[in-house]
Amino acid sequence: MAQHTSQRERMTCSGWQLGVLVALRILIGWHFLYEGVAKLLNPYWSSSGYLLEAKGFLAGFFTSIVANPTALRIVDWLNIYGLIAIGLGLILGCLTRPAAIAGAVLLLLYYLCNPPMVGFKYSAPSEGSYLIVNKNLIEFCALVLLALFPTGRIIGLDRLLFGPPRSFDPQHA
Amino acid sequence: MAEDSARRGKTTEKGRKGIGRREVLKGLASVPVLGLFAYGLLKKRSLDELRRKEILSELGLGEAPAVLPKTTGKKAGELIRLGIIGFGGRGEDLIRAAGFAHPDWVESKRKDAQQNKLDKWLEDWLKQEDLNVALTAVCDVFDVRAERGLAASKNEVRPGGPPLTAAKRYRHYQELLASKDVDAVIIATPDHWHAQMAIDAAEAGKHVYLEKCMTRTEEEVYRLHQAITRSGVVFQLGHQNRQQETHAKAREIVQKGLLGPITLVETTTNRNSPGGAWVYEIHKDGSPQTIDWEQFQGPAPHKVPFSLERFFRWRCWFDYGTGLSGDLLSHEYDAVNQILDLGIPHSAVASGGIYFYKDGRDVPDVFHVVFEYPERNLTLIYSATLASNRNRGKVFMGHDAAMEVGGVLTVTVDWESTRFKKKLEQGIIDPSLPLFTYHPGAKGLDAVTSASEQYFASRGLLYTYREGKRVDVTHLHIKEWLDCIRNGGQPSCNIERGFEEAITCHMATKSYLEGRKVYWDPVKRRIV
Repeated sequence: MAQHTSQRERMTCSGWQLGVLVALRILIGWHFLYEGVAKLLNPYWSSSGYLLEAKGFLAGFFTSIVANPTALRIVDWLNIYGLIAIGLGLILGCLTRPAAIAGAVLLLLYYLCNPPMVGFKYSAPSEGSYLIVNKNLIEFCALVLLALFPTGRIIGLDRLLFGPPRSFDPQHA
Repeated sequence: MAEDSARRGKTTEKGRKGIGRREVLKGLASVPVLGLFAYGLLKKRSLDELRRKEILSELGLGEAPAVLPKTTGKKAGELIRLGIIGFGGRGEDLIRAAGFAHPDWVESKRKDAQQNKLDKWLEDWLKQEDLNVALTAVCDVFDVRAERGLAASKNEVRPGGPPLTAAKRYRHYQELLASKDVDAVIIATPDHWHAQMAIDAAEAGKHVYLEKCMTRTEEEVYRLHQAITRSGVVFQLGHQNRQQETHAKAREIVQKGLLGPITLVETTTNRNSPGGAWVYEIHKDGSPQTIDWEQFQGPAPHKVPFSLERFFRWRCWFDYGTGLSGDLLSHEYDAVNQILDLGIPHSAVASGGIYFYKDGRDVPDVFHVVFEYPERNLTLIYSATLASNRNRGKVFMGHDAAMEVGGVLTVTVDWESTRFKKKLEQGIIDPSLPLFTYHPGAKGLDAVTSASEQYFASRGLLYTYREGKRVDVTHLHIKEWLDCIRNGGQPSCNIERGFEEAITCHMATKSYLEGRKVYWDPVKRRIV
């Protein structure tokens, strides 16, 4: 592991800071897992509605996915199992950084597909938008934060798999 | 490396011995969260399942699609030779639904499909069942439209392969009806011609598919009813939404008494475009040389000099139709009649006016009518404007639940329902959420383009679903008519349903024009 240690993995934080970061990770993981499982259990779910509503500079790309049944099936599959895998990863602290990055990418795609820009209207009600900023963007930033502070090596399976971070002092954890 | 491994757990200077208890606890600290998640999920699932079962058993309602005739099957029996009288916008739609599209339409839909891969109009149409018909006769008083009809009859791009024969043009509908090459006619002319043409067709032994409104006046209803009944020809009135899966499901729901006593039904039509208000485009080639004006006017009560506006926008004048009453109320009434078997109302009161389109029309652009059915303890309200797109739905209000019917059907329990009282108290039924949502073809993707197409799609009037396939309801309605011609039986919108539709619409028109409440006398069978 020594060769993998880097400045970024040297985490020093107080118990409170660590606790809040782990709680944030678990809460976002819970959200991802729930979204994935809900889609898995709903035989009628498809990403097509969301993709068809696409606006902005990537609208053509997103709607072209719907026009291709194979691509749509793949995207649906990736969404369901991607959300579940990311959710499990974040809750368990397993491959925390890849899970956080994958989650951030997914949220960025959701954001870019239906960006809450002035003048864009959607038929489906959104989960709230505050002029350019919406919940996807906020959760995206939270996941970027978790990718930079991958707490799985302190509290999580990553600790068992890869060991705690180099500069972590177990006395304070 | 030693330092790294030392952090893993209990190690000595000799190296790693294993992972300590403290390490394992920290590594697995968040695993119980998964247990909590799984517990919550299972509890929610079991509650949802319980709720669903309780609701479905209470309703005695299947989740299966409404029972409707299949569209696939053996190729229809003997060839039926069709004639079309009136090849305007609606005439083209009807003939296309029968399997004959103008090459321009095919080309434009092909381009649409190339530009938007979600556009399945052409694909769906080409997959349409071949009804084994030939378009042998076309009659239109406007040369351009007659030529379009001939071109459609010869178009080789069609469901089931190239046509067997090309149509012949007839300048007068009587000549078409006298032709031995015609077994059945589709009449899609302005309303003032409907009755006379359909009577003449029946007397000539031709089966009739007639567009709504069935007649323009009350007196014509009786004459047409008598002529059709006496002739024995197969008659279908053009209320294609009789084929809607949501309407069949709505009927099933009402028949199971799920809504409780229904005291009020509200139906609406809102449109907000010149096209929606019948200000149709005036064709550049329209002129006294290309339009047989005298034949067009025919039985119209007031004869006027040649007018392109009146020819192309005939719905705006009572001389040729009845405005909102015979055009859109007619659809709404027929849908409610299909679902509730209402029949003719006891009374009607109408009101409205020309409030937006002050363009010389004499039919109202804002129109409302209240129909009373005291024997059914029910009021039916129709309300319309041609200057707003506000969607107000088709709503059936019952004591126990309300049902909204359009392209999608939803049923919502009333929070003061008697029937569902216990389940409401137990929290099994949540009155803030729909109890039942029925969305035919939920996984299908609709790509409708123009404003009017979107309007009709939202009202559920363009397409329905059969065995997961999107099908044009007009095609199904024509198919039903042809099936009855071949195999006997009565189409769903036969002359009796047409009689009810026409009398109801004329009660509304009469009330509006005379500014009074009108009644139906069931003994004398007259509006009084």
